Parts: sequence; structure tokens; C-alpha cells
Amino acid sequence: MKAALFALALAIVFPLAMQAIDQTFYIGFGARVLIYAMAAASLNLVLGYGGMVSFGHAAFFGAGAYVAGILAVEGVRSAWLAWPAAVAVAALAALVIGAMSLRTRGVYFIMITLAFAQMMYYVFVSLKEYGGDDGLSMPGRSTGLGLDLRNEIAWYYVVLVLLVAVLYLLHRIIQSRFGRVIGAIRENETRAAAIGYPVYGYKLACFVISGAIAGLAGALIANQSSYVGPGLLHWVQSGTLMIMVILGGVGRFWGGPIGAVVLLTLEEALSGSEWLGAYALHWQLPVGVILLAIVLFAPQGIAGLLARRRHA
Amino acid sequence: MLEIKELTKHFGGVVAVDRVSLSVKAGEVHALIGPNGAGKTTLIAQVSGSLPADAGEILFQGHSVTQQPQHMRVKAGLARSYQITSIFRRFSVLENLALAVQARSGSSLSFWRPVAEEKALFEEAAQLASLVGLQDKKEHLAMTLAHGDQRALEVGLALATHPKLVLLDEPMAGMGPEESQRMIALIERIREQVTVLLVEHDMDAVFRLAERISVLVNGRIVASGAPQEIRANAEVKRAYLGDEVVAR
Amino acid sequence: MTATLFLEQTLNGIQFGLMLFLLAAGLTLVFGIMDMINLAHGSLYMIGAYLMASLAQATGSFWAALPLALVATALVGAALEVTILRRLYERDHMTQVLATFSLILIANEVVRIIWGSQPIMLSGPAGLTGPVELPGGIQYASYRLAIIGIGLLVAVLLYLLVAKTRVGMLVRAGASNREMAVAMGVNIRRLFTIVFAIGAALCGLAGAMLGPILAVQVGMGENILILAFVVIVIGGIGSIRGAFVGALLVGLVDTMGRALLPMVFQSLFPPMVASNLGPSVSSIMIYVLMAAVLFFRPQGLFPARG
Repeated sequence: MKAALFALALAIVFPLAMQAIDQTFYIGFGARVLIYAMAAASLNLVLGYGGMVSFGHAAFFGAGAYVAGILAVEGVRSAWLAWPAAVAVAALAALVIGAMSLRTRGVYFIMITLAFAQMMYYVFVSLKEYGGDDGLSMPGRSTGLGLDLRNEIAWYYVVLVLLVAVLYLLHRIIQSRFGRVIGAIRENETRAAAIGYPVYGYKLACFVISGAIAGLAGALIANQSSYVGPGLLHWVQSGTLMIMVILGGVGRFWGGPIGAVVLLTLEEALSGSEWLGAYALHWQLPVGVILLAIVLFAPQGIAGLLARRRHA
Repeated sequence: MLEIKELTKHFGGVVAVDRVSLSVKAGEVHALIGPNGAGKTTLIAQVSGSLPADAGEILFQGHSVTQQPQHMRVKAGLARSYQITSIFRRFSVLENLALAVQARSGSSLSFWRPVAEEKALFEEAAQLASLVGLQDKKEHLAMTLAHGDQRALEVGLALATHPKLVLLDEPMAGMGPEESQRMIALIERIREQVTVLLVEHDMDAVFRLAERISVLVNGRIVASGAPQEIRANAEVKRAYLGDEVVAR
Repeated sequence: MTATLFLEQTLNGIQFGLMLFLLAAGLTLVFGIMDMINLAHGSLYMIGAYLMASLAQATGSFWAALPLALVATALVGAALEVTILRRLYERDHMTQVLATFSLILIANEVVRIIWGSQPIMLSGPAGLTGPVELPGGIQYASYRLAIIGIGLLVAVLLYLLVAKTRVGMLVRAGASNREMAVAMGVNIRRLFTIVFAIGAALCGLAGAMLGPILAVQVGMGENILILAFVVIVIGGIGSIRGAFVGALLVGLVDTMGRALLPMVFQSLFPPMVASNLGPSVSSIMIYVLMAAVLFFRPQGLFPARG
């Protein structure tokens, strides 16, 4: 709890500090990290708490982004309309994809979620009216919250408030009756069915909640740069979200956010690094090496590592 | 209470359960015995609803449940325990039992209120823990329990759903004599409230507890009746009991 | 829609399918025997193509370079298995995803550092540049025909390897029941390394053969990897026969869908709708196929495990 409040304080102070030292570029970076923290936290709900290894989370993230993007291009710029619409469409996509995928298990589940996400990817690639391969530029960020979201600091705080709200919601869900059942299904699906739970329905509900939150994160990422591209739905994006969760700690509450902060900061630091010189171009190499080292030497993720130190 | 008619299950070309008919009366302890591979566990799985029936019918309290999913059967009062312990290993004893209580009390599509605040759930779970003799180990993680205690929790999970009929699949599996006595005592305690269909290899326990016994051999019921009839039945002796009695 | 075009697209589909089979065969074995998700399989395909490009330049001959490229890719695969991948067999799928995803990042950057970011051109063998005339008067690229021939040859060899040799028997035992294979006293570690090296060589072959048709570039492995996954899921994980049938299905459906569906839509819908619908529907055909297969047969067409 103390650590969480400290992180929140840090997140609140961050844009002001950046403004003070005249590094306003990093405010946008900070907002992007917060958005990915939300997306990763939503994935952790299915992956970590529900035990469903979904490899197609970018489908819902991208769907939310495209809903916001397409609505903006079509003239619907109010956040009050566009963002809930993004959530609803992503939830619907999760309902359809989940209903079919959850019939399979194990590796087949991983693969079928991946395939559905690729399917959505190709649908948007071939949607020539909305940019196709090149993606879609929006006329600007959403309006209507009584704030000028073009202002980077206002935007950052809107994202932060939403992230905190989502994390609080997830926290409540995990502690609730529903969360308990989801955890029980992950632990022992057969027995959960034998004491009277319709496990398929619970898994599907969990999948839909997770997809809906990813849709909100998608709407935000579209607004972040006023651009949506099919890359948001590509399987590498699903992989990146998954890596954030695994890196942070699967099934640990702070796993998603920690993973997002660490991975994006690492990317940012290495790709802009001066001491790497010309090799900064190849920043993915050290990122890959570091990830691999974490897999081999810190199997519980960073949150696990921190927890272990605290107990020691 | 339970009426099974011509129930059948094939696995590929093998007939595991072959037109089994069986009736369990309300209030009795009915034992189902038979050699390994006779189809007892398959039959339990079909009655509890985790395996579909290829043919035949299952009536529970006069209603057909043959097409009902497992969770509906549990709601109707038909619960089971497992031969191979199947508990929530990383949950505490109390959490295990509370989870089963939760399944039948109120909706679990509740996303906001912390379950830890629900005193009633945990009070009832604590009563169940006492019933199965785990009152001193409520906070222990299930995975840390000794084998006998895990078996008690296994049965406790089935009882927590408030069944009218409980299917106990070899509750004494892997137990020493002392632990078996505890399990027998537990079944004696619950038999007033709940009908029991008991699958068991421990013949002492079967003959002490059962009011009626059915014998399953090669997927078929070869005899069904009071314990003394079964003891006297020539076919049973030949097909099953004989071997074991001699083996002892 | 002429019969010629139809036949040509069928051949293209078979050619693409056979190359997918080369990738999928190794992947399905690794998946089936070691129960391991290897995202870096596509990287071996990319590395194979790059090695081929360099070796073809160095030797000046396509056919001389081909076996060298195969051996080199197999060595890279074996080295990868011995140093890193074998530590992952006992870990869960998520960990394997993370680790092999990191390997993709590393492989891409190493290739960029060695060969640069620009796509490089790889020319086909000297003798096979023009078209040949097939019976029925169809002109078809001779190189593509050679790919079909080699693909079929490898499929037959692989069948013989799996069905008739000792290694093949161990592989089949391992795919259907790993504990039993261990109990039989199989040297699992060495078997895994061999299987992995064979899988890598097949990847290298696919990369080398497709190099002259597609561009040799960083990231070429990522998209085809997903297709290979689709193939093995359709075919049934661990089954070589399933991979073969699945690969041909995916190759044909994808190629034919892209060629024919737009025409079908043009005759059915107004031009505006057709020009949007055609490409999107044809590009998702194989995923629809996969979802349909899994819906009716959740274990794929030829499940390896009983």
C-alpha cells in the first residue's frame, strides 16, 4: 500500500517535474506508459488471475483504438461518446472471440486467440477507406471533458485518473466473489465445476471484462498520437503486452504496470542513448538480451523479485 | 432419490459402462463395489455430469438430469468427491470451503464487494471444517495438509454444496487404518442428513456402512442387495469378492 | 476467369503450401515432442535466407550454396537449442513465449548489424530463370516448379525418416507419449537437439528457396511464423502428416482466395463494396479456416496424441 501511494505520488509529480526541467517531451512519453500500463493490467486479469494464456490481446486494444479513430474521422469527437463506444466494441469483440476460443484449451487456446487477432489485423489492413496499411490520422484528440486535451499536461492527468480508476476496479474485482471464482478456476477447473460453478461462463465474463478495459486503453492510445495504424493489432503487439505482464509478474497485482514502465523505459533509454552511439539504432538487441536474462534468472517477474526481497 | 436406467459409455471401442441400471433410495448409504477398471469412476463422472451419457437416463428426485450440465446438478443437490484428491491447493482450508459455500449462496457475479467481508460465508465454512475434523487447520494452505486431512477436505468440499445425494469416490483411498476410522466416523455423522453413494475398496468400511451394495464388473451391475445377500451371492464371489477374500 | 489462371494459381498455392510445410514440419515436432512454443522458429527461416544470400554470392552458384546454407542454419539451430532453448522445456508456455520473443528481437538486430537494414536481393539459380511450358500450353515459372519438386522430395524424405528410421521411431514415440519415451531409455537431450537441428535446416531450406521470390529482409520471419502456427494447429500439433495436409490447405486457400475471391465479389456486389470486401475477406480466409477446423475438431485434423 505504501509503495502504491509512493508510485501514485511519483506519477502525479512527474509531468510537473518534467515541465520544470524543460523536458516536456517526456510528459507524452509518461502518458504512453500509463496507457500501456492499463492495457497490460487488463491482460494480466485473464493471463494471471484467470490462467487463460491469450495471445491475441492486441485485437481488443486495436479495436478500441480504431473505434476512436474512425469515429473521430467521421466527426464524432466527444470523449463521452467515442470512449464508451470503444469499450463496448472491444467488449463485444472479446465476447465473440472468447466464446469460440474458450472451447479449446492449452496450446490450442493460445493459437486460436492469436489467429483471431491476426484476422482483425488483416481486416483493418484491407480497410482502404480508413487508411489500410498506412493507418488513419485523426483530426485531433477527443473533446468534451471540459478540458483542452491538446494540452499535454491535462492529457496526462486524464490518462492517470483513468488508470487509477481501472486499477481500483481491477483490485475490487480480484477481491470479489467473482475474482475468487476466477482464481479457483485457474487453480482447479475440474473441481470448480464440481462444486457448482459454470466455469465456461465465468471464464468468458473474465475475458470480456479484460477486453473492455483493453478497448479503453486502445481509445486512449489512439488519442495519444492522434493516429491509429494496423500495427496496434499486429501479433507483435499482443506479444509485447504479454511480455510486459510476464516481465512485471504474472498474476501479481502490479505486474502489468511494472512491466509497462520497465519495458517502455528500457526502450526509450536505449533507443535515445548517447553512449550507445550509432548502436542506439540497434536498441532492440540489449532489450532482447535483458528480457532473456530475466526469463532465465528471475522466473517470477520483477514484482516477484521485489516481493521476495521484502520477505527476505 | 437416484434412478439410473440403462446408462452407457463407450471410449472408442471399449464399453466402460454397459447399460447400467441402479437405484439409490433416499436416506441410505449405498455402496458401489467392483474390481479396478470395472467402470465405477466413469459411472460417477456420468452421474455427476462431467462425462456425457452415450445412452440411457439419469433421474434425480424424479427428474431427468441426463442432459443437465454439472453445475445445474450440483444446484439440484447432487455433488461428488474425487478418488484422486482435487482441491484448491493454494487456497486455505477455510477458503476452499467458503468457495464451495459461495457457489450455492447468492450470485457470484458480484464484482465489487470484497468476499472477505462476507462473514456468513466464512462462519459456515468454519462449521464445515469442524464437521470434517479440520477445525484446528482452518488457516493452513490445502497443499500443506497431510494426506488424510486432504482427503477430509476433499469430502468437505462436496458436503459444502449441501447435497441431498453425495457421490463419494473412494474416500479412503491411500489411507492408513486410523485415518480410515476417522473417515468412517465422518460418514456415520453425515448419513442422517444426506444420502450417500459410496465407491470403496475397503471392504470393512463397506460392510460397516452400507445398507445396500451394488457390484459392478466389466461395466455391468452383476448384483444389488443387502450386505448379507451380496456376501452370499455366488456370482459376486466368483467375479469379485472371491479373489479379494482369497487374496487377503 | 480462365482455366489457365485457375491452374496457375493452383500451382502457386501448392508451391506456397509446400514451403509452409518445411517451416511447419520442424515447428510441429518441437511443439509436439518438447511441448514448447518457439516463436524464434521464424528467425531461423530469416537467418537461412540471409546465409543463403551471402553464400550464393561467395560461391557464385545457387546450387553450391544451398547445401551449405542448410548445414549452417542447422548449426545455428543446434547451437540455440544447446545454449538456451533446452532450459525452457520445463517452463510454462508464457515463459517460452517471452524467451523466444526476446530471441526474435536479438536475431533481428544481429541480422541488421551484419547485413544492414536494406532488403537484399537473392537471384535464383542460373538455369531456371524463364518460364516452361506445361502440358496444356500453360506458361509457368521454371523456378517455382523447381520449388514444388524440392518441396515434394523433402516431404517424401521426411516421411521416410519419420516412418522408417530409428530416429523417426523415437520422434513418434516422443510426440505421442513423452514419459514413455523417457522410460524406454531414449537419450532425450540428444534427440531434441537432433530434431531441432533438422527443423532449423528445413527452415533454412524454406528461406533459401523463397529468397529469390520474396525479398530477403529483417522481419520476414514474423508473418510466415504465424502462418506456420496456423498450419500446425489445423493439422494437429505433433503430426507431420497433419502439417503436410494443413500446409497445402493453407497454401491453396490463401492463394486461391486472394486470386479468386475479389473476382467473385465483383460479380456479386457493387464495385465500391467489392473493392473493400474482396481483399479483407480473402486475407482472413485461412483464419476462418482455422477457426472452423478447431470448432469441429478442437485437436486439429490429425491429433498426434490419442
